[in-house]
Amino acid sequence: MFEALRIDPATLIAVVIAVALVLYALSGGADYGGGVWDLFARGPRKVAQRALIERAIGPIWEANHVWLILVVVLLFACFPRGYAVLSTALHIPLTLALLGIVARGTAFTFRHYDLRGSAHERRWGLVFSIASLVTPILLGVIVGSVASGGIRVDARGAVTSGFLSPWATTVFPWLVGLLTLSLFALLAAVYLCVEAGDDRALAADFRRRALISMGASTFFAAAALAASEHGAPRIWTSLAVPLVRGTDVAPPAMQLALVVHVATGVCALLTIAALLSQRDRIARLAAPAFVGLVVLGWMAAQYPLIITPDVGIGASAAPQSVLHAVLYALAGGSLLLAPSLVYLFRLFKGRPSAAH
Amino acid sequence: MAMSLAFHIVFAALGVALPLFMVIAEWRFLRTRDATWMELARRWAKGTAVLFAVGAVSGTVLSFELGLLWPTFMLHAGPVVGMPFSLEGFAFFTEAIFLGVYLYGWDRMSTPKHIAAGVIVALSGMASAVFVVTANSWMNTPAGWWIDGQLVDGTQGFPMHAGSVVTIDPIAAMLNPAAPHEVLHMLLACYMASAFAAAGVHAWLLRRDHTSLMHRNALSLLLTVGGITAFLMPLSGDHSAKRVAELQPVKLAAMEGHFHTARGVGLTLGGWPDEEAMEMDYAITLPLGGLSFLAFGDFDAEVRGLADFPRDTWPPIGPTHLAFDIMVGCGMTLLALSALLGVLAWRRKRLPDHPRLLLAIALASPLGFVALEAGWTVTEVGRQPWIIYNVMRTADAVTPMPGLVVPFATFTLVYALLSVAVVYLLRRQFAASLHGGSDV
Repeated sequence: MFEALRIDPATLIAVVIAVALVLYALSGGADYGGGVWDLFARGPRKVAQRALIERAIGPIWEANHVWLILVVVLLFACFPRGYAVLSTALHIPLTLALLGIVARGTAFTFRHYDLRGSAHERRWGLVFSIASLVTPILLGVIVGSVASGGIRVDARGAVTSGFLSPWATTVFPWLVGLLTLSLFALLAAVYLCVEAGDDRALAADFRRRALISMGASTFFAAAALAASEHGAPRIWTSLAVPLVRGTDVAPPAMQLALVVHVATGVCALLTIAALLSQRDRIARLAAPAFVGLVVLGWMAAQYPLIITPDVGIGASAAPQSVLHAVLYALAGGSLLLAPSLVYLFRLFKGRPSAAH
Repeated sequence: MAMSLAFHIVFAALGVALPLFMVIAEWRFLRTRDATWMELARRWAKGTAVLFAVGAVSGTVLSFELGLLWPTFMLHAGPVVGMPFSLEGFAFFTEAIFLGVYLYGWDRMSTPKHIAAGVIVALSGMASAVFVVTANSWMNTPAGWWIDGQLVDGTQGFPMHAGSVVTIDPIAAMLNPAAPHEVLHMLLACYMASAFAAAGVHAWLLRRDHTSLMHRNALSLLLTVGGITAFLMPLSGDHSAKRVAELQPVKLAAMEGHFHTARGVGLTLGGWPDEEAMEMDYAITLPLGGLSFLAFGDFDAEVRGLADFPRDTWPPIGPTHLAFDIMVGCGMTLLALSALLGVLAWRRKRLPDHPRLLLAIALASPLGFVALEAGWTVTEVGRQPWIIYNVMRTADAVTPMPGLVVPFATFTLVYALLSVAVVYLLRRQFAASLHGGSDV
């Protein structure tokens, strides 16, 4: 049926992976951000801030985390060459990110179920929040490395650039890492404004934090874009050059870049305006749109490559029969998944009247 | 990797079984309106939450580790086992969603609805286990995989070269010959090991606090589940042995340290192989053709010995055989204990709660997991030297990354720390239950 619809199954799965990754950033990313704000909880409402974060993350973080597992599974099932290259070249940052994921998830649960008010509870809290700070940076470093073009592969699919390049040798991946952290912190702060509900002072705390993260996000986005000239040429030519030189660039690339930049900019401004005018629910729509567009911008610039510059979607894909089977599994699974997810979020994130 | 798996398997097994126990307890509450069942359900739910979180993160580590440590294996096998893993992803998603609903929804929905959420958790946990075990069984009996039109099932080696056309039938791979018996055996093992482990804890606590209705209820529920599974286990084991005899005769021979093809072969207990002399030292061989019967249902059947197979395809015989004996021994001990408790319960019409019996239950509690780990050792070590049976050798699949010992040591350390933390945390919960603490 895919032939009849003229859809390339590999591209379709790449799109599914992209969507899952965006959803992970918007949901799981905010859970990391929550941990960051747990670490930086301060002021007279320190305890209330932490309690709100725990209440907000508790019921949903495990489900949010599964988006990442889905991405990994689809990657190794459908793009085995890409997965093999990634896991070899980025062995070290991936391992470190994994440690962060383990530390964060378990410490959060342990804290929740350990006896209240004990010294242990505080210790688990510290592990949770520090891991929440470090892991997004590492995840960003991985994304930055993939985009940088520093991972080189020979014709047989063996990695020739070693285990340290480019993540340990260039600055670009680290700027992407810091950008990721700021974006996740932004999402968390914006969501928490709404979650604070009637507690106006608490909402104001997180509104201020959201604006700070927005500033940081803008700064690191600009820095990463500037560093991409040498650090990530493909990002530079498709996202930065059209902005600077305009007419020199071939029209489709320029249009794409302009659309992405304008849309991202509009969402960013809308987020700021909504925060300043205390329209938290609008901010809760605008901020994820902003973050989603940043992620999509990276993916659009990279398309049709999985790992810049040597691993493409088509060449690294699994045999057609596998792609078809996985697509049917995805379709069937989504029928099960979508209503369940909606139910979960309505139950815990619906209007406060539903609760207690 | 083995360390990660050995660790993951315990938490995953508990994660599969505990939701079932917790749902039964809450259902008992619904039927009897006895608040102790509710308290039990809440306590088990806490345990489930902790174990699920650990199971989830250790599962994440594994999904990455597969690629980090075995890039060559994943390059070829990833697409073939991609189907069960994708389905597992969805099962896992469902489990995570409804566990969230269950754990945080006590006061937000009616008890039947809440139980329904718990049932979904238990079912999707079971489904996850089924899918993951199918992927593992494919490594033992690869199917649904053709290279240049040639079926890759181990009879032709691995005919891959640059430019080969790979054809995969993911459904056939998932329904590989070893899948049904491995899945059945593993699921039973999950419930049995978890039931006896938890029963041991409650037996111990009941010894300390003889009046606690909650521990009494818990024990009767767990021993019922444990007893039923302990009884079913030998049947499933017998079926598995017959399938292994057919599908992987070398593994069967190694399990029993059986060197020379013969008819009417007896079962071997204990001993250590002398591979040069091709015999078992210090072993007890039982009379009657026990092994022949186990493998072929006929006391006089011929069982092929290791000598029939090339030396470089032998699995490590000593460990495989020892693990097999340990698995069977633990299973039999638990079966005997269950039978004794069953008879006593039937004659007295109540839970046998003599302190010595409770002590016995507590002492026997780790045996289920010992058997589970040993059984897993039999399948995995018994598959060596292959990572994909008769197709790809383990040594050819490992990562070129130098200094492998570093990530290996790191993950081992992390898992050790996690285990300590989990045990510590659960212990504190148990202690709280003794002091009548109602921090639920």
